[in-house]
Amino acid sequence: MRSDMSATPETPVTRPITVAIAALGGQGGGVLADWLVEVAESQDWIVQSTSVPGVAQRTGTTVYYVEMAPKPAAGQRAPVMSLMPVPGDVQLVVAAELMEAGRAVVRGIVTPDRTTLVASSHRVYGITEKSNMGDGIADANAVLAALHSQSRRLVCFDMEALAQERGSVISSVLFGAIAASAALPFPRAAYEHAITQSGVAVKASLAAFAAGFERALQTAPVAGVVPPSSDPTTAQGRELDEQIKREFPAHLHGLIREGVKRMLDYQDADYARWYLQRLGELRNVDAQHGAAGGDYSLTGAVARHLALWMAYEDTIRVADLKTRGSRFERFRDDVKADAGQIVDVVEFMHPRFQEICETLPAGLGQRLLDCPRAQRWSAPLFRKGRLMKTTRITGFVMLYFMAGLRRWRRGTLRYRVEQERIDGWLARITRTVGHEYALAVEIAQCQRVIKGYSDTHERGLRSYHSIMAAVDANQGRDGMAATVKRLRDAALADEEGVQLQAALEQLAAGPAAVAQA
Amino acid sequence: MAERSFAHEVGKLRAGAGEVFHGEGILAVTKALLQSGVGYVGGYQGAPISHLMDVLSDAQSLLKELDVHFEASASEASAAAMLAASVNYPIRGAVTWKSTVGTNVASDALANVASGGVTGGALVIIGEDYGEGSSIMQERSHAFAMKSQMWLLDPRPNLESIVAAVQYGFELSEASNTPVMLELRIRACHVYGSFVASDNRRPAFTLQDALDQPNRDVQRIVLPPANFLHEQEKIQRRWPAAVEFIRARRLNEFFGPAQGEVGLIVQGGLYNTLVRALELLGLADASGQTELPLYVMNVTYPLVDEEVIEFCRDKQAVMIIEEGQPEFIEQALNSILRNAEVGAKVVGKAVLPRAGEYTGAVMQRGVQAFLERHAPQRLQVAQPLLPPQPTELPKHVQALTGLLPVRPAGFCTGCPERPIFTAMKLVQREIGNFHVSCDIGCHLFSILPPFNIGNTTMGYGLGAAGASAFNQPRRQRAVAVMGDGGFWHNGLTSGVGNAVFNQTDNVLLVVDNGYSAATGGQDILSSRADNASKSTRHPIADAVRGVGVKWLRVIDRTYDIGRMRDTLREAMTTPEKGPKVILASSECMLNRQRRERPALRQAIKDGKRMVRERFGVDADTCTGDHSCIRLSGCPSLTIRPNPDPLRQDPIAHVENSCVGCGVCGEVAHAAVLCPSFYRAQLVFNPTGWDRFMARVRGAVIGFLQRRGERRRLRHAF
Repeated sequence: MRSDMSATPETPVTRPITVAIAALGGQGGGVLADWLVEVAESQDWIVQSTSVPGVAQRTGTTVYYVEMAPKPAAGQRAPVMSLMPVPGDVQLVVAAELMEAGRAVVRGIVTPDRTTLVASSHRVYGITEKSNMGDGIADANAVLAALHSQSRRLVCFDMEALAQERGSVISSVLFGAIAASAALPFPRAAYEHAITQSGVAVKASLAAFAAGFERALQTAPVAGVVPPSSDPTTAQGRELDEQIKREFPAHLHGLIREGVKRMLDYQDADYARWYLQRLGELRNVDAQHGAAGGDYSLTGAVARHLALWMAYEDTIRVADLKTRGSRFERFRDDVKADAGQIVDVVEFMHPRFQEICETLPAGLGQRLLDCPRAQRWSAPLFRKGRLMKTTRITGFVMLYFMAGLRRWRRGTLRYRVEQERIDGWLARITRTVGHEYALAVEIAQCQRVIKGYSDTHERGLRSYHSIMAAVDANQGRDGMAATVKRLRDAALADEEGVQLQAALEQLAAGPAAVAQA
Repeated sequence: MAERSFAHEVGKLRAGAGEVFHGEGILAVTKALLQSGVGYVGGYQGAPISHLMDVLSDAQSLLKELDVHFEASASEASAAAMLAASVNYPIRGAVTWKSTVGTNVASDALANVASGGVTGGALVIIGEDYGEGSSIMQERSHAFAMKSQMWLLDPRPNLESIVAAVQYGFELSEASNTPVMLELRIRACHVYGSFVASDNRRPAFTLQDALDQPNRDVQRIVLPPANFLHEQEKIQRRWPAAVEFIRARRLNEFFGPAQGEVGLIVQGGLYNTLVRALELLGLADASGQTELPLYVMNVTYPLVDEEVIEFCRDKQAVMIIEEGQPEFIEQALNSILRNAEVGAKVVGKAVLPRAGEYTGAVMQRGVQAFLERHAPQRLQVAQPLLPPQPTELPKHVQALTGLLPVRPAGFCTGCPERPIFTAMKLVQREIGNFHVSCDIGCHLFSILPPFNIGNTTMGYGLGAAGASAFNQPRRQRAVAVMGDGGFWHNGLTSGVGNAVFNQTDNVLLVVDNGYSAATGGQDILSSRADNASKSTRHPIADAVRGVGVKWLRVIDRTYDIGRMRDTLREAMTTPEKGPKVILASSECMLNRQRRERPALRQAIKDGKRMVRERFGVDADTCTGDHSCIRLSGCPSLTIRPNPDPLRQDPIAHVENSCVGCGVCGEVAHAAVLCPSFYRAQLVFNPTGWDRFMARVRGAVIGFLQRRGERRRLRHAF
């Protein structure tokens, strides 16, 4: 079938409009592509769409690709449509998540001279971001900057939030934003008709479509907000606040206020005063050794980590937090319960022998902990986790009673152990600050590796101790601040402590090995 | 039956002559089969051809009307062997699968049917899973066509061309007594477009007719001396017949002028990408009209020597655009032209990458490089549509490459396979790491974060066989994983039977989620659902015992991580010899939700008392170490910025997409993690008693909470 193509057509063939949609599994990218097909066909256009779903349906990304052109007039030939986007030749790129928008830019299909980019600014975190032991969240600002610089026009806002607000899904909001972006030459009614045609959750979809449309017309990037720390409400609060203002540099007031609030919430006013006293001693050392006109970064670091350490999570604290009214409001909100709906809550607790001993008076607790027979006999009690219903009276009262043990907390074994650890930590910081200020700051931040409960907590504590041992063993060595930071990052890099172990061995091997790393 | 209904698509298959059919490529193929008077269809599901199987599976009444027999084959080998029905009888048959993996499995039967030859048209529709979105090893099906001398169609990727290829594919098969392969790439399978339908046709000669008048020809059976005869016949009769048919029917297409100093030869499936590249370079218009001679091979095997020679005779150089490697066509072109003493230079992989998908950008660069070397004047007069693209992206965009999080495929929200691997991780913590031989299926996602479990995968159903060498009297046993899909595909014999026979001491974990889930939730022998057209509910446990396994543990709720862990530990440590099989059964959550979610919505609407469960994380007690995520990896278990101004690390958070499977809580329990998880039970349409008790509880709890709150306020900041 040799095709005769020698005759020149009456009118030139119209190039198709090219559209790429990047969406994660479950975000409705396919629905969006179907809607666009419906819009184009309703306007008597010819349209082709395709995708490569495959395993990407299971949590990966799928790129849907759509081409559309006006139906050729009689005697006019139809365009040949491509099955994949060509960098530099995509008019509209739609991304249902911020990093996917970034990926589209990196793929080169978003170009400054041609592409309208409609993207949601919300995040769906990747598994590597989620499973990081510290903060593995990718830098959104770097991505936003690239979206701005590489697109001809950017329509970008949190479409997921808007969708939830309207009780719909993100594809509807995206669809509205596409309509408002004017990247396609179709009237708004054609889009709404496509939603109605699909016949699924029409009302909610139309509402979200309208919201997306309106919002896209007035889109502007929104910066993150940091809530300021609230003012004191009680006499003792005012007194403590006065003390903060009197004794500490102004730029740390907000942070220290948070620390004091945590102490009050955790224990009482005396505990808060003790916090300020410990911190005050550090500030004195800081003033003495910090750089002239320094920013008190050591005091800042200790303010944060001392508060977190002093408010260590024991069984009393957990019970306290679990029984609060504010917590009840929050979980109702989290699970999206309707007003007045009955919500039952079951807690997953797994107290171990050790935690129970630690909640006992220090002497008794220690004796029990040291007694192998007690441990053996009680083992069956602690083998399984406990389910507690905090919304039922029995469960609630048990936890409420537990929370009430707060007034005897100072007598518990755990209290004694933790305060000793804190003192050791503070002493080490004080000792170090005279030699190397930056190292003292890094040591202060090492509290960060101690977190979680039971096994996780113990693992963190072990990492902390190995780092401190390394600090002691390498006194006076150059670049120890950077080394401690590296060790801390290594400790947070994997659960098994493989990287920390490797970093420690490297350190022990000598300065040459470290320099190479 | 897959919980998704394809009733709408089935309706499309009934379109009559003149009606415009709108739909995706693989559905167009399905319609084309019915229009071609096909007598039977078989196959094995897998992207990108699952849709063909799913739709036909739902189209039983239509198939019955048309006297078409449809079979969801046990494996690609079963499907290929079905083509035996076309050997003695003039019945058209089609089979389909994912390639090259499916073709690997089918190749024994394919080689046999290709040797003896066919009377009725035999069409093998292969979804070529190559390039972006592919989940398998990157190979070419082309090699199979060559080794068994089956003809390979690679039509232009628009619905009209694809439908035409199905129809002439049968005719070519009949004209040359050879099975024909129709290759469709992923995007072509999923491409949405339209074509003008014709009426469906009943087969002229049905399977029933064949059974009523059985007919045999010993010459068609692969056994000496016929097998030697077959080879001669292929070369002397069938091949020339095929070439003659392709030439006479002009299956290959020529565009642009016939003459020129250069020309382009392209596989049909790549035509659209090539036209776009030419268009952007200013060498064609949007409809593909070009001043460059273009030879489109809709049949890529066998080549038609005459056509090739005629196209190349006057040219100094021709570019062959052939995706994948080895470059069989390029080699063949060289051989044909040299034998014919035609001087045209053949340029292919010299200007195109040797490996990988030919995307738009790759194609454009390749064509440009070819013309720069062999016809630079063409580029000088061309008006490119795009301004020259910067060769590389700005620095700040390049920097994103390292920053953008990868998104490996993973288990769905609430997947019953997740707790299995959580348990495996917990057992590894206790007794040390062990070697894990994986299989094909959703469970293979265990190799990726956050589980990072698994050493190898050797093919569908071959998980247990992949561990068979490790049958050593060592402290630690090897573990093999196999899905229910792989189990019935061949794992029962290649894995379980093999282990019994060879007295393996390894552990086999069979993941039974009730469906061939990774391919779209099709039913299999052991599916628990009733299926109108298939026989289901044949327990895997019976089959395992039947082949002689003595040590078998059945876990009917994989979410019970404690039990899962204990059972696995027992299997790893028991002194008992012989294969140890753990059957871990829980229904695929994707399919379960497809059924249950609408039912729940309806029940709530009807005013019935319903309880919906989901999980949550307390922001106050979460310290942001993410142990839970590393043991779970559920998409609905994610992170959010820490609301605590003192803490810096993001906290865990459960999204509303949570289906309440309970793994979070089980993990927290079994791994002794943290008290932050809670399970919320939302009561819809509460009874009077519910409301009364809620009021009583609210009063008591509220009183105590207000009391605590007053104290806190007194002692507040």
